[in-house]
Amino acid sequence: METIILFAPLVGALICGFGWRLLGEDAAMWVATGLLFLSAVLSWIVFLTFDGQMQQIQILRWIESGSLSADWAIRLDRLTAIMLIVITTVSALVHLYSFGYMAHDENFREGESYRPRFFAYLSFFTFAMLMLVTADNLVQMFFGWEGVGLASYLLIGFYFRKPSANAAAIKAFVVNRVGDFGFMLGILAIFFLVDSVRFDDIFAAAPELAETQLNFLWREWNAAELVAFLLFIGAMGKSAQLILHTWLPDAMEGPTPVSALIHAATMVTAGVFLVCRMSPVMEFAPIATGFIVALGAVTAFFAATVGLVQNDIKRVIAYSTCSQLGYMFVAAGVGVYSVAMFHLFTHAFFKAMLFLGAGSVIHAMHHEQDMRNYGGLRKKIPYTFWAMMIGTLAITGVGIPATLIKLGGVPIGFAGFISKDAIIESAYAGGTGVALFAFWALVIAALFTSFYSWRLMFLTFYGKPRGSMKTHDHAHESPPTMLAPLGVLALGAIFAGMIWYKPFFGDHHKVEVFFGIPTDEVHASAPPAHLPGAAHAATEAAEGDAAEGEAADGSHGDLGDGTHPLPGEGAIYMAPDNTVLDDAHHVPAWVIWSPFIAMLLGLAGAYQMYIRRPDWPAKLAANQQPLYQFLLNKWYFDEAYDFLFVRPARWIGGFLWTRGDGNVIDGGINGLAMGVVPFFTRLAGRAQSGYIFTYAFAMVIGIVILVSLMTLSGGAE
Amino acid sequence: MDNLLSIITFLPLVAAAILGFFLRGEDEAAQKNAKWLALIATTATFLISIFLITGFDPNNPDFQFVEEREWILGLTYKMGVDGISILFIMLTTFLMPLVIASCWEVKDRVKEYMIAFLVLETLMIGVFAALDLVLFYLFFEGGLIPMFLIIGIWGGKERIYASFKFFLYTFLGSVLMLVAMIAMYVDAGTTDIPTLLNHQFGSDTFSLLGIQIVGGLQTLLWIAFFASFAVKMPMWPVHTWLPDAHVQAPTAGSVVLAAILLKMGGYGFLRFSVPMFPVASDLLAPFVLWLSAIAIVYTSLVALAQKDMKKLIAYSSVAHMGFVTMGIFAVNQQGLDGAIFQMISHGFISGALFLCVGVIYDRMHTREIDAYGGLVNRMPAYAAIFMLFTMANVGLPGTSGFIGEFLTLIGVFQVNTWVAAVAATGVILSAAYALWLYRRVVMGDLIKESLKSITDMTARERAIFAPLIVMTLLLGVYPSLVTDIIGPSVANLVENYDLALLAADTRLAEK
Repeated sequence: METIILFAPLVGALICGFGWRLLGEDAAMWVATGLLFLSAVLSWIVFLTFDGQMQQIQILRWIESGSLSADWAIRLDRLTAIMLIVITTVSALVHLYSFGYMAHDENFREGESYRPRFFAYLSFFTFAMLMLVTADNLVQMFFGWEGVGLASYLLIGFYFRKPSANAAAIKAFVVNRVGDFGFMLGILAIFFLVDSVRFDDIFAAAPELAETQLNFLWREWNAAELVAFLLFIGAMGKSAQLILHTWLPDAMEGPTPVSALIHAATMVTAGVFLVCRMSPVMEFAPIATGFIVALGAVTAFFAATVGLVQNDIKRVIAYSTCSQLGYMFVAAGVGVYSVAMFHLFTHAFFKAMLFLGAGSVIHAMHHEQDMRNYGGLRKKIPYTFWAMMIGTLAITGVGIPATLIKLGGVPIGFAGFISKDAIIESAYAGGTGVALFAFWALVIAALFTSFYSWRLMFLTFYGKPRGSMKTHDHAHESPPTMLAPLGVLALGAIFAGMIWYKPFFGDHHKVEVFFGIPTDEVHASAPPAHLPGAAHAATEAAEGDAAEGEAADGSHGDLGDGTHPLPGEGAIYMAPDNTVLDDAHHVPAWVIWSPFIAMLLGLAGAYQMYIRRPDWPAKLAANQQPLYQFLLNKWYFDEAYDFLFVRPARWIGGFLWTRGDGNVIDGGINGLAMGVVPFFTRLAGRAQSGYIFTYAFAMVIGIVILVSLMTLSGGAE
Repeated sequence: MDNLLSIITFLPLVAAAILGFFLRGEDEAAQKNAKWLALIATTATFLISIFLITGFDPNNPDFQFVEEREWILGLTYKMGVDGISILFIMLTTFLMPLVIASCWEVKDRVKEYMIAFLVLETLMIGVFAALDLVLFYLFFEGGLIPMFLIIGIWGGKERIYASFKFFLYTFLGSVLMLVAMIAMYVDAGTTDIPTLLNHQFGSDTFSLLGIQIVGGLQTLLWIAFFASFAVKMPMWPVHTWLPDAHVQAPTAGSVVLAAILLKMGGYGFLRFSVPMFPVASDLLAPFVLWLSAIAIVYTSLVALAQKDMKKLIAYSSVAHMGFVTMGIFAVNQQGLDGAIFQMISHGFISGALFLCVGVIYDRMHTREIDAYGGLVNRMPAYAAIFMLFTMANVGLPGTSGFIGEFLTLIGVFQVNTWVAAVAATGVILSAAYALWLYRRVVMGDLIKESLKSITDMTARERAIFAPLIVMTLLLGVYPSLVTDIIGPSVANLVENYDLALLAADTRLAEK
């Protein structure tokens, strides 16, 4: 069944991409969509019937070289199961939605068949994403990782006539590759240390990694820290965290369904998934995880500030995504991987809905995306309005703070409220200075989130119509194929948090059962795992430093005494000293209230500025011109990168070519040879072209005869 | 069949002889006959070579299909293949029919053109099959001549300059190799390659003209061979002949040059430098690794600045060959597997990329990137195929390009993390130059007046690309097809290498 889930989208992509001429456009698209729905249904069956025990399915051999062995295989555990439903559900809905959204597109000419291509890319993306989450080794994961990158590139550049879309597509791919550079080095380091790229072996060796020193570049590093850090660089690229975030807002050049599927719900969460997947290693890398927390918090804050002033409706949501991903990384960094996955899960619903809702608005407004030209659309597109409203309530975190009322131990509120507050409480419970910093950053970001989300709502749906009246007159509600997905996602945005609160963020036991972690009683009888990979790493350590090696052995003994699950048992691993999950339930009341208050303040601010006094924003912008420009220009990251990397790279390339190749190598080192060439060229010019080759021929023949004779004379002696 | 290898090697030559002696006239019919005969001969060669691969026992690391007989002047004719060389032969026989088919529209001196390619095929196969030093040298240097003629006669405007640059670069290297081969014969008393592989060349430090030469004779021989192979690869900084040669060469010539001729250098390292001179290889490996890392970054940056499509792809080839030399001189299973894989894969990918340039060059007669733009509007099939090979070129997993890069990086990381890190930046740079090229040529709206009537690929062109597409994807998804064959031979090579180093160390310790 897992195999069908995995390959149905690929089959759909191939049929749709290559078979549409035979089947006809619509039939091909329905085939792709139908296969996606099949995947989605099967995924839900798998998710709901899954008992938490990891299963592995071998498909085909892949890369084998010496001790390196990476197969095509499916690893099904709770993390995978969660991702399966997120990916296939959102993807199926986006396929359906695209029937309406892509029906008529003015970026294409009359009679051009762009729709099957679009569906084929979407299905291909889904396949690559599924490969990523079902991988049982890092290399297969990297395949999915790059595959989604390709799909993202193709879809961002889907409007191939638009120069801005082409530029954005390249930017997305190249910036992601910067992250992949780190990911790749991480894989290389892991193979060097563990002698395997399979997750089982890596997890089993994780405690040893923590005790191993690795000489990398200019100094020795703690192996676990280094590996965790390198892999996180990959995650930064894919999940658009600060420094490598610049591609995500530009990626909005792609059609809106793409933004919903790839750049909100699924692909960009791959980095979070990677950190959770590697939790056994992360748990042994306190410095790297501290860095993850800090960067996640800064990103959440940074992106929220930029979101405050953007005018393009999709860019606001894009920065919002960037910001929410920061929340997830904070959760993963402080060690509550289940909560990170929880927010990933709920975020997929409400963010996909916000994007699809925005798409519906854009569709209604004839591809106008500037919110300054919206206004008063509440009555014109009521269903879209309500969908966006639910999405906004979810993302801003509307609910009843848990200290007031709980229903059967579950707080009441929209999905985003429950998972976001879980993160903020966990950050406070994290205990370290970095975690406390993250807590405050996230609370402030929550205020900004509330502000920009309501700003979006007020500018779009309230007030008086602005901009071209003709567009407003023609504004119309979207067709059912677009509204139905909104309805389904709305259910998720409202209820997903409450339904799955306990397994993700309930008491310790519930979470362990859900993620297939053997509980203490069960574990006591299980023999401690011993894998050759671990021994290899220990040997490395012993060779490098005898004392380190002994320490590694010692710690292994401690972990093997059977009182706590070993790394790799269960989908996520929480070290014995990691009590954040439990502590998060015992935070002071003011901590629980703070995001709620932040949300109210943001709402009040937006209401004041965009409903009661619509003249204030312009005045404020004029007053605070430098700050406004700073935010509007996204902290000038693009300009800085252009200045620091893009221009120098081109300049150096040109310089090396003309000066390096031209003057130095051709002119200097090989001056002898190059002095001869022009001579021969002149000679050739005189001697008529063609004949000169006879000389060359004779020269080589001469050499051949020479060597033959020399060898012969040598042989005779 | 006892002489299967000879049949495969010389079948194209026989066809060339038939063409040369029996085909008369320059009219259309004669041209057509020449092309068909060449196509049939190369296809037949490929079909026969299938017996070679099916009859090959991958688990046996020794030479197979060995033929040995007396030859003129007391020399020995000896041929044979092992896991390292057999796939290069398969690559050659596989690509040659496609190369012939790609020059179907050539009108100028067709008969001679076909003869040149047929002779070239024989010489290329010979290089990979020869098990005797003299024989190897004949094939290796002889291969220069047809290529030299192909560029010089059927090339572009600057063909004389380019062909001489090509010739002189490669020729200077081979003179040194020649001297080294004579020295090897004097030292070992034989030109038999299997015997030489087991011969221990002196590695004791001695002083020559007052200079201490660490690694002794091995170092000197290694350097001489390196001079020849490094130019052929080509390695930075002796790579500058390649872009010029590519730009001036006709499409089919570029394909052969990039896909097969460049691999002779890599094959030379694998067959001679590493196994025969292990002490010197170990000594000089850091030097080669750094040259490779520099090559990857340097040529990728230079590729960014190119205005000519062929030059850009040529520089990209140099960068990819950097991965090969890096993998070889990591001298471990992953590095060597990766290097060989990368060479095979690059054969398909770079060949296809040059063919991609050829497709539009045939239509517009320019290679200027700026002359194009928006081709996807009128050439969707071309855009799709070009996209696939662009992605294969940047090493996207799922294509064969990834496997080679990944394995070589895995291999070199175990030896030198700095080199691995520098080389891995190639992952970023290759994406930048390749996608930028693609964007400028294929994407965008079709504005240029001259392109308004351009036509998509013909059935013939699609048929040429089809096998390349299949191989690129097949090897990307199931690389065991290659690694199963090369694995045991490579393992054998690594084992002998390590033993030789150990023995040298012990000898040194005893002193």
